[in-house]
Amino acid sequence: MRRELPRRWYLVRKLSRNNKQVSTELSVIPAESFVSSLDKGDSSTRSGDLTESSSDKEYSRRNFLRIFATAAGAAVAVGSGIEMLSYRAYAQSQPTTNDWSGGGMTGSGVATMASTLAPPTHQWAMVIDLRNCDGCKSCTAACQKAHYLTPEQTWIDVFSLTDSVGKTYHLPRPCMQCENPPCLHVCPVHATFRQDQGIVLVDQDRCIGCRMCMAACPYEARYFNWNSGVKYPPLPVQPTPEFPVPQRLGTVGKCTFCVGNLNHGMLSECAAACQMGVIYNGDLKTDVAVNGMGTTVKLSKFLYDNDAVTYKPEQNTHPRVWYILGHGQNLTTDIASKS
Amino acid sequence: MANRADLSETNYGNSARERWSNDVRRAAMRPTIGPTSRSWRVSVILLGLVVLAGILAWLYQLKHGLGSAGYNDQAFWAVYIADVIAFIGVSYGGAVISAILRLTGQSWRAPLTRLAEGTALITVLIGAMFIFPHLGRPERFWEILVYVNTSSPLFWDFIAIGTYVLATIIFFYLPLIPDLASVNKMLGSADRPMRYRTYRALSLNWIGNERQRRLLHGVMSLIALIIVPLAVSVHSVLSWAFATTSRPGWNESVFPPYFVIAALYSGTALVIVVAAAFRKGYHLERFLTKRHFVRLGYIMAALGLVYAYLTLADLLPDGYTGITAGWISQTVTGRYAIAFWVYVIVGEVLPVALVAIKRTRNIAGMTVASASVVIALWVKRIVIVLPSATQPLIASHWGTYHFTWVSITITLAGVAAIPLGLMILFRFIPVMSIDEMEEVGELGSTEQVSEHTIVAQELLSVGAHINGNGNGNGAHVPHVPKKEA
Repeated sequence: MRRELPRRWYLVRKLSRNNKQVSTELSVIPAESFVSSLDKGDSSTRSGDLTESSSDKEYSRRNFLRIFATAAGAAVAVGSGIEMLSYRAYAQSQPTTNDWSGGGMTGSGVATMASTLAPPTHQWAMVIDLRNCDGCKSCTAACQKAHYLTPEQTWIDVFSLTDSVGKTYHLPRPCMQCENPPCLHVCPVHATFRQDQGIVLVDQDRCIGCRMCMAACPYEARYFNWNSGVKYPPLPVQPTPEFPVPQRLGTVGKCTFCVGNLNHGMLSECAAACQMGVIYNGDLKTDVAVNGMGTTVKLSKFLYDNDAVTYKPEQNTHPRVWYILGHGQNLTTDIASKS
Repeated sequence: MANRADLSETNYGNSARERWSNDVRRAAMRPTIGPTSRSWRVSVILLGLVVLAGILAWLYQLKHGLGSAGYNDQAFWAVYIADVIAFIGVSYGGAVISAILRLTGQSWRAPLTRLAEGTALITVLIGAMFIFPHLGRPERFWEILVYVNTSSPLFWDFIAIGTYVLATIIFFYLPLIPDLASVNKMLGSADRPMRYRTYRALSLNWIGNERQRRLLHGVMSLIALIIVPLAVSVHSVLSWAFATTSRPGWNESVFPPYFVIAALYSGTALVIVVAAAFRKGYHLERFLTKRHFVRLGYIMAALGLVYAYLTLADLLPDGYTGITAGWISQTVTGRYAIAFWVYVIVGEVLPVALVAIKRTRNIAGMTVASASVVIALWVKRIVIVLPSATQPLIASHWGTYHFTWVSITITLAGVAAIPLGLMILFRFIPVMSIDEMEEVGELGSTEQVSEHTIVAQELLSVGAHINGNGNGNGAHVPHVPKKEA
């Protein structure tokens, strides 16, 4: 089973790399404008897309040798599937700093990437508009339902904050998908990795359960599988890092941005469930964001016009989640409590 | 055989030095060669049952998850990592005490070194074992070596602890070489041939000539030199598992020396406890005297004061800044206050006072002081781990950790494994370094032969007689010097 898992995972990824496939899937969702914006995306940042389908075939053959040669160490190869290895090597070759506005496509990252495989089509992001959040927690409920989480496992949690004049507002907190993730740096076995679309994932078939990542995460975004006996219905597929269901006892789990949904043209569960249109799924490459109400915005302009901020910027994590605050609100100084 | 003949002719003369050597051999080897006592067997069985209970509790935890040990998402690190630090910590104490006393040529160390090194060896093995209940997936532990991430502090923890375990084994083994040869002379090849052959192989043909002694001294000085910085590095790396996170209370520059001194402090204390226990249980009263306990007590008190200073250095600045003040107030006056003040009173004030007051500066006083240090420093490790782990980083809602029967049983099993391991260890090797006692040991008065020693001598000679009969290679029957009237 261990040998099959990376292969299946790769197949899923390969499907989503195919532009046509993405388009058909995308046309299903109500937000038509999101689709058209994706297709019209800024060509200067999508240079790799033209060669996408041809390079795709060579992905596992010619490039494999190159990737193998540049892999951090031969030890990494032992016991790891070929596709998994190339995937990890690529994810780790992603620049971690100075790229937080450019979607991981700048500087030395481009050179490294060009020598390995085609650039990813998307760089996923999220915008959370706190002005509209009423703290109903339907995002948490939808996430927990989709991932069969226990009540304590709030992969997207909602906190209540009190601003400087005593008014309460709400802070949904998913995983920030940091571009400089502290959890990744401290994982002793590379079970946490950052894939090419900027999503930080956990391989629960590798995690040794040391919880170093939980200590390192400044956002308390990681949740451990402490207890056996969690009931799962029969599921058609095996768990993958993108969709870790059922979760493994004794390993850590966290928000995946529902990257499987995104790559198949659907919104993340939390964004789809939000009746207030608070949560936007965005793509830094195509510069588009769309929420569950079907509102589509130009991402960069939306962030700029609304003075979007990231959470705990002092941690130097470069989150891919931006918050839009109401008047007088400050995530650093306002007192938070569990809502 | 020639050696043994030499031994019986030359070693058991009538000079004070020879009589002393004779007594040392007998006292050190009695638990190794003589028959086991009833109390030894009862203790081993009872302690073994506690360890067994711990293993069963761990199996239960494997099946039901770490939640059964009281863990939750806001108390993700708790008792087991504190156990790892505490056990590996006391190990450093034993090793470093022994190494430093060796390097500085303290001749009074002679009856202590084997006990200190044995304690170091047993506790580091137990401490390393505690990593397994700490992990959610212990069966994947090997991955640390295969999927190496050099930026992870845990990888370096693994390297550091592994190196240290290896060094501790070598450090324990080297002074053992001459003693194994001595035991073999006592044992004889007919008596338990398997054991004889093992000892002969391990003693590397030791005959104690000039060249062998020079070599052994050189290697031992080298390993003693290596083990001091190694011990410092290991606990520093262990502290960086905490200090490299951004959590207030852990992200402290004082952590490496803070951990190293805590290790030495608790380690010295455990050496005193072990020395007191084996002095009574193994009848070493003649060799381990008040002087040893008081000197070790001085070292312990000095380390305790340094540790108190580092604790203050850790806490004080944090109390003045907003982001860390919550952690401080919870530690000193809040939910962890009881544990913190237990450390202050039992772990600092009481032991230092017991050393400082002349009336209590004796074996009983030092034993009480060191036992309280060992316990209080374990509590202190909990105070280091839990407040920062359970503090909220976003909301103001503190997490809680509750001890369960699983975590208590596993921790108690680790505690019981120390005496159990030592008692089994000293069933196979002499409890004192005979060679060192003979070489540098300060002569005690041969007149003060205790009753225990007399009984031991008789037991030993009877056992040797029985085992050695009817065989040309019979065990050497030690000459029992008559107690002068």
